Amino acid sequence: MGKIWSFIHKLGSPKWFYGISARLMPWFWTAAVVLILAGSVWGLAFAPQDYQQGNSFRIIYVHVPAAFLAQSIFVSMAVAGLIFMVWKIKVADMAAAMMAPLGAAMTFIALFSGAVWGVPTWGTWWMWDARLTSMLILLFLYLGVIALRGAFSSRDSGSRAASVLAMVGVINIPIIKYSVDWWYTLHQPATFSVTSRPAMPMEMWAPLLIMVLGFYCFFIAVTLMRTRSEILRRESNKRWVRDIAGEQG
Amino acid sequence: MAFDSFQDFLAMGGHAPYVWASWGVTGALLIGIVLHARAERRRLLRMLQRRHRRQAATNQTSHRTGGERHEA
Repeated sequence: MGKIWSFIHKLGSPKWFYGISARLMPWFWTAAVVLILAGSVWGLAFAPQDYQQGNSFRIIYVHVPAAFLAQSIFVSMAVAGLIFMVWKIKVADMAAAMMAPLGAAMTFIALFSGAVWGVPTWGTWWMWDARLTSMLILLFLYLGVIALRGAFSSRDSGSRAASVLAMVGVINIPIIKYSVDWWYTLHQPATFSVTSRPAMPMEMWAPLLIMVLGFYCFFIAVTLMRTRSEILRRESNKRWVRDIAGEQG
Repeated sequence: MAFDSFQDFLAMGGHAPYVWASWGVTGALLIGIVLHARAERRRLLRMLQRRHRRQAATNQTSHRTGGERHEA
């Protein structure tokens, strides 16, 4: 336990985080670029077309990874908010602040690509289906978290309000996940499952898995990079931050 | 390869508008996010450097004039 605590507290120190993230970031950037490029070429040009949907099926390779991230980022943001509220770790709040716009962008991609995909597949770009509606609510939750953070004159109040909304809003995530099982109206059930074999042939799901992993690496890389920037912004009066400016100037 | 020619690939079996709109928006957003993060970092570093130089200059002046108020 002692080791875990000292790790958490080290992680909580902006200076330590700034150093360790510099070493981790290149790996995640490289992995993200390689995986996304490989997955795109495979998914767009080499994966076989769907026997029912034809080539419109290739939208899955951006739609599913974005939808995965949209939900994972919200959970990460809620966990970061919890860590900030319980242990007062500032880096967690900075990371949460950087995750919100990225999560909103991913939710937008999932909704947009889903709507575009719906036209040839379902004959409509929108329906008040449970999955679609709960994803739209997720977008509003992201926008709410971003707006709430900026709505206070004191940064700490904004941080706490955003953390609380993220922690409460995370209830929407299981609703999104099970929406396709509870109210099966339009959207098809989950593409990936831990417990059962994929319903697609390997040549179709392998590129999808690569894209999902690539998107996760992208999320980690962007969050590390932007959290580093946020550290510089918020800690700009600290001695070690001024030293960085001195070294590079 | 799932397509016979590059024209075939672009046409996406008649689904070109849907496939390329989804992929295009996704690609544009991902690239935009990266460019924004990079610009943000550069802007901050430049700001910190400017402040650092300014402080260094003030410190020098206060040394020369024997001022006591330079930074501890």
